[in-house]
Amino acid sequence: MTTNTTASQTSSGDVSYLSASYGIKSWLLTLDHKRVGILYLIMTTVFFMVGGLFASLIRLELLTPQGDVFEADTYNKLFTMHGVAMIFFFLIPSVPAVLGNFLLPIQIGARDVAFPKLNLLSWYCFMVGGTLATFAIVMGGVDTGWTFYTPYSSTYSSYYVALALSGVFINGFSSILTGVNFLTTIHKMRAPGMTWFRLPLFIWAQYATSVIMILGTPVVAITLLLVALENLFRIGIFDPALGGDPILFQHMFWFYSHPAVYIMIVPGFGVISEVIACFARKRIFGYTFVAFSSLAIALLGFLVWGHHMFTTGQSMYAGMVFSFISFLVGVPTAVKIFNWTATLYRGSISLETPMYYALGFIGLFMLGGLTGLFLSTIAVDIHLHDTYFVVAHFHFVMVGGMVMAYLAGIHFWWPKMTGRMYHEGWSKASALLIFFGFNLTFFPQFVLGYLGMPRRYHVYPEEFQILNVMSTAGASILAVGYLILFAYLFLSLFVGRKAGPNPWRAVGLEWEIPSPPGPHNFDVTPIVTKEAYAYEEADVTRFGGNANDAEGEQIHQEEGAEA
Amino acid sequence: MSDYFPLFPEQASTFAVQVDGLFFLLVSLSVFFAVGVMFFIVLFSVKYRRRSEDERPKPIKGSLPLELAWTIIPLILSLVVFALGAGIAFRMYRAPANAIDIYAVGKQWMWKIQHSQGKREINELHVPVNQPVRLTLASEDVIHSFFIPAFRVKKDAVPGRYNTMWFEATKVGEYYLFCAEYCGTQHSGMIGRIVVMKQEEFQDWLSGGATGETMVEAGARQFQQLGCETCHKESNQGRGPNLVGRYGTPVQITTGETVMADEDYLRTSILDPRSQIVDGYEPLMPTFQGQISEETVMQIISYIQSLSDSQ
Amino acid sequence: MSSNAQPVALNHQFEDLQQQYEAANMGMWAFIAQEIMFFGGLFAGYTVYRFKYLGAFIEGSNHLPIELGALNTAVLIASSFTMAMAVRAAQQGAKNPLLRWILATMVLGTTFLVIKAFEYADKYHHGLLPGSSFEGSGQLKIFFSFYFAMTGMHALHMIIGLGLIVWLIPKIRRGTYTSEYYSPIENFGLYWHFVDIIWIFLFPLLYLIGRDPWPIM
Repeated sequence: MTTNTTASQTSSGDVSYLSASYGIKSWLLTLDHKRVGILYLIMTTVFFMVGGLFASLIRLELLTPQGDVFEADTYNKLFTMHGVAMIFFFLIPSVPAVLGNFLLPIQIGARDVAFPKLNLLSWYCFMVGGTLATFAIVMGGVDTGWTFYTPYSSTYSSYYVALALSGVFINGFSSILTGVNFLTTIHKMRAPGMTWFRLPLFIWAQYATSVIMILGTPVVAITLLLVALENLFRIGIFDPALGGDPILFQHMFWFYSHPAVYIMIVPGFGVISEVIACFARKRIFGYTFVAFSSLAIALLGFLVWGHHMFTTGQSMYAGMVFSFISFLVGVPTAVKIFNWTATLYRGSISLETPMYYALGFIGLFMLGGLTGLFLSTIAVDIHLHDTYFVVAHFHFVMVGGMVMAYLAGIHFWWPKMTGRMYHEGWSKASALLIFFGFNLTFFPQFVLGYLGMPRRYHVYPEEFQILNVMSTAGASILAVGYLILFAYLFLSLFVGRKAGPNPWRAVGLEWEIPSPPGPHNFDVTPIVTKEAYAYEEADVTRFGGNANDAEGEQIHQEEGAEA
Repeated sequence: MSDYFPLFPEQASTFAVQVDGLFFLLVSLSVFFAVGVMFFIVLFSVKYRRRSEDERPKPIKGSLPLELAWTIIPLILSLVVFALGAGIAFRMYRAPANAIDIYAVGKQWMWKIQHSQGKREINELHVPVNQPVRLTLASEDVIHSFFIPAFRVKKDAVPGRYNTMWFEATKVGEYYLFCAEYCGTQHSGMIGRIVVMKQEEFQDWLSGGATGETMVEAGARQFQQLGCETCHKESNQGRGPNLVGRYGTPVQITTGETVMADEDYLRTSILDPRSQIVDGYEPLMPTFQGQISEETVMQIISYIQSLSDSQ
Repeated sequence: MSSNAQPVALNHQFEDLQQQYEAANMGMWAFIAQEIMFFGGLFAGYTVYRFKYLGAFIEGSNHLPIELGALNTAVLIASSFTMAMAVRAAQQGAKNPLLRWILATMVLGTTFLVIKAFEYADKYHHGLLPGSSFEGSGQLKIFFSFYFAMTGMHALHMIIGLGLIVWLIPKIRRGTYTSEYYSPIENFGLYWHFVDIIWIFLFPLLYLIGRDPWPIM
């Protein structure tokens, strides 16, 4: 616990960041990092629903081996839209832009990020980019897959590809500006006493992610720009008929897009550290190792891009180097998993909803990560590349991993962000549905992949049908799980129990200010004297049993007044 | 609806056994670690469940020996798997000397196959069993990928270059051929089949049907019809270099570099002749880009290759 | 560092002007790092194709007017000098010199763009704009694609820089920048120098190396 932070009153009757000003203008022109986080929350949820809708249509088509629901062209646009929406407009922003924006300044004891106007600008870049990309796809134009491989995207597809690429390009600025903001904020605005090794691991994760965002995104920006120019003006850089090299596109594209997957997952790792520490009521085992592993992943992640290209005819020696480093990058990730498990040892474990998601994450992400090793092994990848095995792998790490981590974070910090609790029964039921539905959807796809079913296939051989039916069944259960989730979270805003500052009895600066926080986070800059997750010294019984424990609030208030 | 429900592909090539072995090793290691971690998570979650709100567990900062152990052991296991995978990949890279050559061109949305003996196929590839086959892949438009799951082999057909792959089928039968790189509207319509036949039956099949020219004969005919002989004379007096014995030898080009006159070089010389001109010759050769198909290029290259065989 | 009253220029999220200064500086360096990666992609592509098509790239270089390129290089280096002097004036709190030096930078930057426009127009008249009406081999077209992409991106960054100067000028005239608070000028200077350095790389790569030393004019 730090020394006195806010001698604040309870969350009711006092000004929070939500009630500080009203009206659409106060939101659309906000400079408060918390409001920017909420803006991102709303829009990334919209894109998630859109991407999910397209996923449902894909799975509907794949119920039967024939192409009887959609025409081939339509199907190709569906999977393109699913990928573009989910990757660029949901996964990449999610934890950093929603949870990171909301929590980062608070967790380090700052009043806001270093550049609040750039923060707002990053949301507008996201919005403009998303609008352009959606427009291009809705106008019926983009069927290249989210990977935009040349020469198909540059020479053989419609001009709407250039429009969609512009949308993705502008959205890239959202990432870059967020990265610049976070990097600078973490370096320069930590509260007194908040040394690097007292930072929550969530912050270490955001730091590593910011580095990747800054260094990786511009490379895909220039690559996609060149493809757009080629698509519009036939400039010849990737067109083999003119001597251009389509494989050069792949090198440049994957140089960003592999680190991009670490932009997506590393913040999730940060969330898991926070949730496990709280619900095991212990410091994270091996804090320093977990902190540095994020940096190791960020660094090594830039050196492995060729493992997406083992079958392209690239030199065998290049292939071996990429394979070797791909194995190396798995090690820091494994280290995190072992450390989280070890944190549970002799802990005091309580299974609330965030912990459901966190433990589910560890299991599912581990499976996803292990299957990544299959794909790093050149000889095995030759067989598995571009099959459903790859689809299953990335959905395990992205949905079973990243989305579960994001949901863990949402459920953990929901009371802080909104001042409300959600219904515990429904949230646990939904978590179980999601877990079960997810496994049924994607585990059969590993089998399908090894059997040889290629990805992006509209029709398939009959003998693959049973596994596809299982997968679609799972997808419908998953959809129900998500729908229930949206419902109870949305309803909680209106009828949820009011939450106190620290309903989970967690340790961290964000838990010492009201729920929801005031506009400037802290009235007085906190001074940090303890290490992160100092649960053994925390007075965890102080705030009482449940979220709305008025007695707990009262005691806290008295304490604050005495300090 | 098929009444059989496969869960594992057939093993029909020499590579299949090797790749499956490595696959099962990976599965075993994965199951071991996954079950291990999940076991401990469940164990700890139950054993150390919170029994009272006042519980305050003692802090355990970490353990260097444990960190080193669970860093180094996975590292070593990774390196072993890497080495095994690289070894098989190395063998996949270069076809044995006794491989027979077959040529495949991918285009939206079909595979066009040519055997050296001249026989052509669409979306089907007949091969003999127990005989290494080297497949040279090209594309007429976008990137495609030649994938035979039963053989565990796959290689991209990239426009603008040649890629080669090889395999040795071990079981007579029919197997799926898939295009594995998204190539547009009918990407999933390029499903074909590989037919593996006994050696004698394959020979019969090759010589049966309409007798056409072999690829070398077709190439020789094209070489004459397209006017290549006009400049590429055997007498070294022509405006273009003599091609007898040229294939497979190093060539010095006008920028001073030395390149190997392999299939890729020959293809580039036909389709973009100004890019790598042999030293001492003028840039006079017209380009045939857009005038002849990839298959015709392959036939001409076969012919040029044959000019070295007779040396 | 801060006085008793809150300095007008201090933003609320910062504790004091020193923290604000350091943060702004770091932010600009981080931004420049990503700009390096952005242009880096173009440089990487250029390198790959130069190795593949050396002849065409040499031919392309010979098409470029070395005298205009050299003049532009001198103009940009001069503009970096005037920019550095502007930053110095800002550090000293000297408003009028600051205004004069930054206007000089703007004039030089505009000169660069005008010369560039002449170069581009000349390429257009010779049918060297990559597109469907390009007159030359496929490989030469790739050289010119890189020429236009790289110099075009650079010119776009210069235009943005000039726009920023236009935005700064009213603030300078109002006396916003003092010896206590001049980081926007300094950080803009960083941006301007960076854009200059990109050109220092572009000029040799596109105009100079492999060029025929005694061309017939």
